[in-house]
Amino acid sequence: MDHHFRAGANGKLEGLDDKYYFGRRPNGFYIPRYRNLFGDKRQYLRGFGYQGGAGREGWGRAVAELGVGGAFKDAMSMPGGWTIGATAFGEMLPNHNNKVSIDQTKKDKWGMPVIAIDCAIGENERAMRRDMQVDLAELLNACGVKDVGVYDAGYFPGQGIHEMGTARMGRDPKTSVLNSHNQVWDAPNVFVTDGSCMASAACVNPSLTYMALTARAADYAVNELNRRNI
Amino acid sequence: MTDNDIGILDTPEMITRREAVLRVSALLGGVALIGSSAFITGCRTEKTSTAGEAFTADDIAYLDEIADTILPTTSTPGAKAAKTGAFMALMVRDAYSPEDEKTFRDGMRELNDASTEKNGVPFIAATPQQRLALLQALDREQFTLSEQRKAEAKKRSDEFLSEKQQAAPAPTATTATKISDQPPKGYFRMMKELALLGYFTSEIGMTQAQRYVESPGRYDPCIPYDGKPAWAGHA
Repeated sequence: MDHHFRAGANGKLEGLDDKYYFGRRPNGFYIPRYRNLFGDKRQYLRGFGYQGGAGREGWGRAVAELGVGGAFKDAMSMPGGWTIGATAFGEMLPNHNNKVSIDQTKKDKWGMPVIAIDCAIGENERAMRRDMQVDLAELLNACGVKDVGVYDAGYFPGQGIHEMGTARMGRDPKTSVLNSHNQVWDAPNVFVTDGSCMASAACVNPSLTYMALTARAADYAVNELNRRNI
Repeated sequence: MTDNDIGILDTPEMITRREAVLRVSALLGGVALIGSSAFITGCRTEKTSTAGEAFTADDIAYLDEIADTILPTTSTPGAKAAKTGAFMALMVRDAYSPEDEKTFRDGMRELNDASTEKNGVPFIAATPQQRLALLQALDREQFTLSEQRKAEAKKRSDEFLSEKQQAAPAPTATTATKISDQPPKGYFRMMKELALLGYFTSEIGMTQAQRYVESPGRYDPCIPYDGKPAWAGHA
């Protein structure tokens, strides 16, 4: 699993040319998930959040504008108009067809078999990507943003860099790799605490969860060591 | 091997500049630059010189003049002062696909031919007015194409938004892309993009044409605009 993203909307804000900012904003804005919650029901399961920002265009707009020469250079050195936009990050459902196995046909340059990774988004993700665009366009329009357009820049697994799954935590060693302490069922002195342990992905950035799970597992491991259990 | 060949690609100054460019090109307001997939992944194309040899000193001088026509000295120094020609050559050699590099190279020849035809001299010997006229004509061409594609993208976006919600999940994503289409790959578009990128990420471009503050120390989200140049990005 990963988070599929690169779909959203953007537009222009008018009437604010007399305003600017100073310094560097440390982050953008975040809109938490609201779909399939509180009685809302869509044709897909789970949902997405938005990550976005606003600001005045810089010289980057020059690429798309008509002009060459001195006046053009001076104009592009000034701040441009205000724009606002966001990208949605959506949940990818767990799927047994998304898996990692040993590739029996290919070896690396040391003679070891390489990994075969099968991973693709499915119908649920594709249906969600529609709302990811349409919802934000509606929101921006309601806020008076002009020239609102949606985009879907395409996505393949791994682009979200939030890889999760393949060494799931679970209650049954027949259907999972790790117990509830991130401990490998078949090798109690091995703990796996990164995204691999996740049984589902949600739509929120996962690193803090990995860190919390790691702290928890390390604490458990130390206690087990002290009790001579591992 | 001249200075303008492999040596210049690996000087620390160029590598740092490349890092800045990688960051900047990801923030270009949604407009995808030609070759930007290579910029962003930082991949060095493992290509041999399919489009010919390295850029010579003459090539770089020529590119300097093209860039300086697009972005001349005004109250702030222009693209030649910022050594934009060398930057353009670096990016074409290091980040463009072989096909795009060929388009660029052919374009340099075409521009010279156009200048000889119209003014009797190659670009580098033409007057500033003659050069400007040539580039303005090319600019109008690429802008018209670009506007057409923007209009098409907007139309797709509007159609997508007005489609009725389907009862079942859509089997394929009907993608309405407003941004991130590859722009039309004309050589003048390439030259203009690289000149802008090279200039506005150079020391002159960031500290003289724009206002550069290394460590602002605070963030003021909404202040009156004083009419001065834009804040430069982080170096």
